[in-house]
Amino acid sequence: MSNKMTIKDKFNTYLKHPGSFVVFLLVMLAAVITFAVLIFLIVYILVNGLPHITPSLFSLEYSSENASVVPALINTVIMTLLSLIIAIPFGIFSAIFLVEYAGKGNKFVEVIRLTTETLSGIPSIVYGLFGMLFFVNTLGWGFSLLAGAFTLSIMILPLIMRTTEEALKAVPDSYREGSFGLGAGKLRTVFRIVLPSAIPGILAGIILAIGRIVGETAALIYTAGTVAQVPTSVFGSGRTLAVHMYNLSSEGLYMDQAYATAVILLVLVVGINALSSVIARKLTKA
Amino acid sequence: MKSKAWTEKFMQGVFLVAACASVLAVALICIFLFANGIPAIGEIGFVKFITGDIWRPNNELFGIFPMIIGSLYVTAGAIIFGVPIGILTSVFMAMYCPKQIYKPLKAATELLAGIPSVVYGFFGLVVVVPLIREFGRTLKSLGLVDRAGDGNSILTTSLILGMMILPTIIGTTESAMRAVPAHYYEGSLALGATKERSIFRVIIPAAKSGVIAGIVLGIGRAIGETMAVIMIVGNQPRLTASILQGIRTLTGNIVLEMGYATGLHREALIATGVVLFVFILIINFSVALLKRGADHE
Amino acid sequence: MSKISIKNLDLYYSDFKALKNVNLEIEANKITAFIGPSGCGKSTLLKSINRMNDLVEGCRIEGSIELDGQNIFKGMDVNLLRKRVGMVFQKPNPFPMSIYDNIAYGPRTHGVHSKSKLDDIVEKSLRNAAIWDECKDRLKTSALGMSGGQQQRLCIARALAVEPEVLLMDEPTSALDPISTSKIEDLAMELKKDYTIVMVTHNMQQAVRVSDNTAFFLLGEVVEYNDTEKLFSIPSDKRTEDYITGRFG
Repeated sequence: MSNKMTIKDKFNTYLKHPGSFVVFLLVMLAAVITFAVLIFLIVYILVNGLPHITPSLFSLEYSSENASVVPALINTVIMTLLSLIIAIPFGIFSAIFLVEYAGKGNKFVEVIRLTTETLSGIPSIVYGLFGMLFFVNTLGWGFSLLAGAFTLSIMILPLIMRTTEEALKAVPDSYREGSFGLGAGKLRTVFRIVLPSAIPGILAGIILAIGRIVGETAALIYTAGTVAQVPTSVFGSGRTLAVHMYNLSSEGLYMDQAYATAVILLVLVVGINALSSVIARKLTKA
Repeated sequence: MKSKAWTEKFMQGVFLVAACASVLAVALICIFLFANGIPAIGEIGFVKFITGDIWRPNNELFGIFPMIIGSLYVTAGAIIFGVPIGILTSVFMAMYCPKQIYKPLKAATELLAGIPSVVYGFFGLVVVVPLIREFGRTLKSLGLVDRAGDGNSILTTSLILGMMILPTIIGTTESAMRAVPAHYYEGSLALGATKERSIFRVIIPAAKSGVIAGIVLGIGRAIGETMAVIMIVGNQPRLTASILQGIRTLTGNIVLEMGYATGLHREALIATGVVLFVFILIINFSVALLKRGADHE
Repeated sequence: MSKISIKNLDLYYSDFKALKNVNLEIEANKITAFIGPSGCGKSTLLKSINRMNDLVEGCRIEGSIELDGQNIFKGMDVNLLRKRVGMVFQKPNPFPMSIYDNIAYGPRTHGVHSKSKLDDIVEKSLRNAAIWDECKDRLKTSALGMSGGQQQRLCIARALAVEPEVLLMDEPTSALDPISTSKIEDLAMELKKDYTIVMVTHNMQQAVRVSDNTAFFLLGEVVEYNDTEKLFSIPSDKRTEDYITGRFG
């Protein structure tokens, strides 16, 4: 004798409640659709793209014959580093301000929260427009990696702020009290005690931000431009991998290379996501 | 000691300045968009700009009504496909998913959010567009529609956007459902209600504001999506009643023509961005209100 | 014949044995109280009677519980069982809906949709739970706006609305003030005319006041089960005596 529902019990229950059974089937169907579509997308792109990952795709120079992804890859790395260098200090410092310094119910905090929420809801094309108007035209940087990086850094700012804030909040107050109890000042407590304990959470957020940078297109077309070479300085134009992929597929001449680029993008994004969740799991264990 | 106190003060100032960055960014974005877009709207005429149904920059005709309708069409389509599947999937995640497979599935929904727009667009281009083209031709051969369309269509875009908003809807709905106290669920079961009835009549109504906030966020994502859309929507600036036909969205209008536009044309494109931005601000504002509502419950 | 008979019941939470060879006969139209220190298994047994323990992961039951001679673990639809065996929880748990919809939820679940029938059920249930006069003018307002005591009586009314045969009450007054508590106690004594009531309580005076029979639980076992008066006046077991005279926490 047992209280566990057997399949037969469940079947009998559903026989008596056909409406519930239909709902149950719909729930299962929806879950299957969601995950099947994702798996199909990934498998389809891998199957069609992997054969086109050839040595010529990785030539050092882009030419119309090889449609090499190497310059785009290098640009992506530069773009990621630049955006992070700009966004991380602002993101972390403002999170420190919000969590460690601002008093509860502070009006200014409300304003910051409202603006970060607004920022995270703005579509990337609007960032692109703004970047073009401000960095490219008004500041006169032209289409350049720097203009692109500044645009992206505004875009990822709310993400870094939010994850850092959550990581800081998760640090128990007893740590702070312990440090204050030893006579350490606020600043020392924040940098020596609070921040180090929050590092995994912050890192997970930064990695998610990298994912967004790598996948971004609309904000870059009219800020960093679409030149398929690595520029000689940050004031030169260069396309990242995602922009590269858009150009390849919209030109229609390089579908094979577009497939291959899609594979590289997917692998990058899957890897970045996995890394972020591994770090986040470390965080919850600690 | 004096220098230490000074450092404390100095760094506090630094943190404060950093915290102002997001405020400054929003202010700059508003100022630059409005300052560059509003004069064009004034020159064209607000009513003519918003309700004009012909976009022909060469003839100085700048009506974005077709693009507004286009954006609304594909967003509505995304909602039709994405919301039911998203909500039902989050019910699965919150109430049915076996523990052993929860983590990988949760990671999969996060991955769905991480896949770049261009990859979605590309997938739409090589998989969904041909499917819809065939579908249209079949319908035409059956005499059900007048024009088959070439696959770049409202329907195609709705499907892909529906897929893209899934993670947004799943994420918010699932956490809203998990926030509903367990005793509501137990109370319903104890009255003899089935699991399904308890979920759909008690838990989801109790999680309503979270669910709606998720849908509104999804609307924001769909209306602002650019790259995936321009790859599959056809981009014809016209009004059409058939979901098998292509249209153009506000976002697409900006990207497609900004590369070569000058003068008033260019300003009209920025003004298109302003209209989009206002839509987004309204959506953000509603989300904030809904969240506040959810907190009060 | 007893309404509920519990036979050789063992209950495990994973490896932990929470109930050990429980045998109890619960009489119809009586109030049976389960008493004992926290963690003794009295709530666990209560929740087994309408199979709410099925929700707990790793919970395994051996033995049987019979309702009118029919084993509830074998071939009985669990939803039907819960319709017949209603439950009132420790903390009042009205749904976030109007008072009317709270009461109508159960009947609707079991297929009553006629407006006039529902109106009748709502009024009858609220009257039976002695709360009709307090809320008849605001049936359409949210149940969450009521006081704790009112909410608990609403939950009793909600349970009554599906016309159960048995009412399980899991420390129904532990979250309430004395006045509300006495209202609920009066109500329980009134309701036993039509229902079989099983009540878990922490409060021995409450058991004395309202119950006809009492079972004393300790460490997952039923130490003593008897007529309430007898159990409290001449306990046959030393441990019962210790507990009712206050030597257990």
